[in-house]
Amino acid sequence: MHLPLSSQIINLLAAIMLLIAFAMLTQRRILTLINLFAMQGLTLTLSTAVVAWTTSQPHLYWSALITVLLKVVLLPLILHRLIRKLEVKWDVETLINIPTTMIVGIVLVILAFNVALPISALAGTITRGTLGIAMASVLLAFLMMITRSKAVPQVIGFLAMENGLFFAATSATYGMPMVVELGIALDVLVGMVILGVFFFQIRERFDSLDIRHLEKLKEE
Amino acid sequence: MSLELYLVLGIPLLGGILLGLWGHKTWAAELNAAMSALTFLAAAVLTARIISEGPMLTADEQFFVDPLNVFLVALTAFVSMTTSLFSRPYMRIEHAHGRLSDRRLRLYHSMYQMFIFTMLLVLLTNNLGILWVALEAATLTTVLLVSLYRSAASLEAAWKYFILCGVGIAQALFGTILVFSASEKMLGSGGGTLLWTRLAEVSANLEPTVMSLAFVFLLVGYGTKVGLVPLHNWLPDAHAEGPTPVSAVLSGLLLNVALYALLRCKVLVDGALQTAFTSQLLMGFGLLSVVVAAFFLSRQKDIKRMFAYSSIEHMGLVTFAFGMGGPVANFAGLLHMTVHSLTKSAIFFAVGHATQKAGTQIMDDIRGLIRINPTVGWGLMLGSIAILGLPPFGVFASEFLILTSAMRQQPWATPFLLVSLGVAFAAVFSKVQPMVFGESEGSRALKRLPHQPALLPVFVHLSIVLVLGLYIPPHLADWYRQAAKLIG
Repeated sequence: MHLPLSSQIINLLAAIMLLIAFAMLTQRRILTLINLFAMQGLTLTLSTAVVAWTTSQPHLYWSALITVLLKVVLLPLILHRLIRKLEVKWDVETLINIPTTMIVGIVLVILAFNVALPISALAGTITRGTLGIAMASVLLAFLMMITRSKAVPQVIGFLAMENGLFFAATSATYGMPMVVELGIALDVLVGMVILGVFFFQIRERFDSLDIRHLEKLKEE
Repeated sequence: MSLELYLVLGIPLLGGILLGLWGHKTWAAELNAAMSALTFLAAAVLTARIISEGPMLTADEQFFVDPLNVFLVALTAFVSMTTSLFSRPYMRIEHAHGRLSDRRLRLYHSMYQMFIFTMLLVLLTNNLGILWVALEAATLTTVLLVSLYRSAASLEAAWKYFILCGVGIAQALFGTILVFSASEKMLGSGGGTLLWTRLAEVSANLEPTVMSLAFVFLLVGYGTKVGLVPLHNWLPDAHAEGPTPVSAVLSGLLLNVALYALLRCKVLVDGALQTAFTSQLLMGFGLLSVVVAAFFLSRQKDIKRMFAYSSIEHMGLVTFAFGMGGPVANFAGLLHMTVHSLTKSAIFFAVGHATQKAGTQIMDDIRGLIRINPTVGWGLMLGSIAILGLPPFGVFASEFLILTSAMRQQPWATPFLLVSLGVAFAAVFSKVQPMVFGESEGSRALKRLPHQPALLPVFVHLSIVLVLGLYIPPHLADWYRQAAKLIG
């Protein structure tokens, strides 16, 4: 099948998105993780912009603008500042079993493609083929949150999940209405600020940012 | 124009800003109560108007009020008002005991009003996207409230709450995106695609496969906030570690609001599918929650944790009722939402003062409340009797209706429900009884509190629940019936 150039670019960006999701899953260094997150945001912006240009949907340009401001500039900046202040810049997470995580990740991707198949068959957008990838990145981010035991990587996983959801919104439809997108962006930003405050309090209380300290509240 | 609606949303928003500036002053608690009272007044006027004039669609279709949500708006505004009255002496005592600084008190007051605002926005908005945004904002405000004491346990509870509900609500966003993609084909890519009223009109033509998948995601997402088993892990921690007024509004209001979001989505999906798909899912999750929560009740040592599990049980019961569907079961579900919310917040008010007096939340260390402070003791006892579903309280009426419709429509579920209710009764009663009537060992005398506790709200709530058990005014019954019809 011959695809127009714009679809090919979108598919390429989607593939990069998936690769970054896998890279994040297996990345042990917090600093690199933040850079990967920023790259994922950039890929998302590019693909939104390409969709906006091909389908001439003006509100998608705004969506791309929000994404670039929030996910490429603002959030990575906040995260960089946080890890500098918390002095965890060179922290390395030693406890992830990379081969097993990779295999589980691959299974998740297959699952996501199967679930997305009937929906993308119904969607009328030029980006419909990428819905499976969007869903896969959501699931991979979720897997990343489960496998991490440190607070900052867990939050990056949470933000990567949000990226996957935005990608899904542009693949299944042409982006959510503007007011909703602004609301979501605001929630993410406020949430990030609250979490930033939390990090300091957790460290003050427990002398560490290891979530395994936070397992006192259990059923007897 | 609908001034009332803007007032209902505007007053708590303004309150949040004002208290953000002056929330640490001595009169902040009064301002908090006054703002909540004004919100309730506006909600009452709005309710009266909806009853006399019927549903209302306003502000470029962005807000929609019908009997279903106006009933919850009135309930939310009422309970938030009485909770603010209770929190006035409660938080002063916490401040006097040195558990809270001025800054924390300001944060508390401001976030309390913002929390009320976000819940009212969830209820009133017509846009499914805004509904999601507001519910996520409600999570953010309550995360700050749960972690207010900054103790190790409260930080852990808040972190767990944030991560679990954050992940949950991300699933709901995916569900919303799927609904959006289904609606876009019907309604075009204009601005109206996420408006609930528009979607409800065309719901029969929405793509069934997409909608059923969307419902699964929405159920997982909003179900996390309702506290449905197995997504309930955050709930007992958040209830036990936050300040007691926050436990009261979490249990009494937030769970209802999250369930409301789920119900709105259910109506759309039912329209698209024309099958019992959503009913079966809701019944399954509801029943599982009732059974699991009932068996966890007896293992609890912390009083607030125990009543948190009781909330899971009751929300499960309501979810089960809505899953069965039909006029009677829906009526019972709505009635149960009302009485549970009133009774559970009353219990938390009594529990709050009891734990302040005892200086602990461990049930084994609280003894003989009836002698030290008969009002707190009786409040706790009567509240527990009411929540356990003994006549003549309203919970009995709604549980009776739910059980009889279960016998008629889903006979297989009745034994599970009956056994669970029995187990819950045994567990809660055997723990509350010694706390109220038991002999104190003398070593652990109950403290005198520096401020007079506010126990009026406890008895106001319990008397409303009592009245609802004996007699439901015809107007109210009519209103419940209309709302029940909307759920289908």
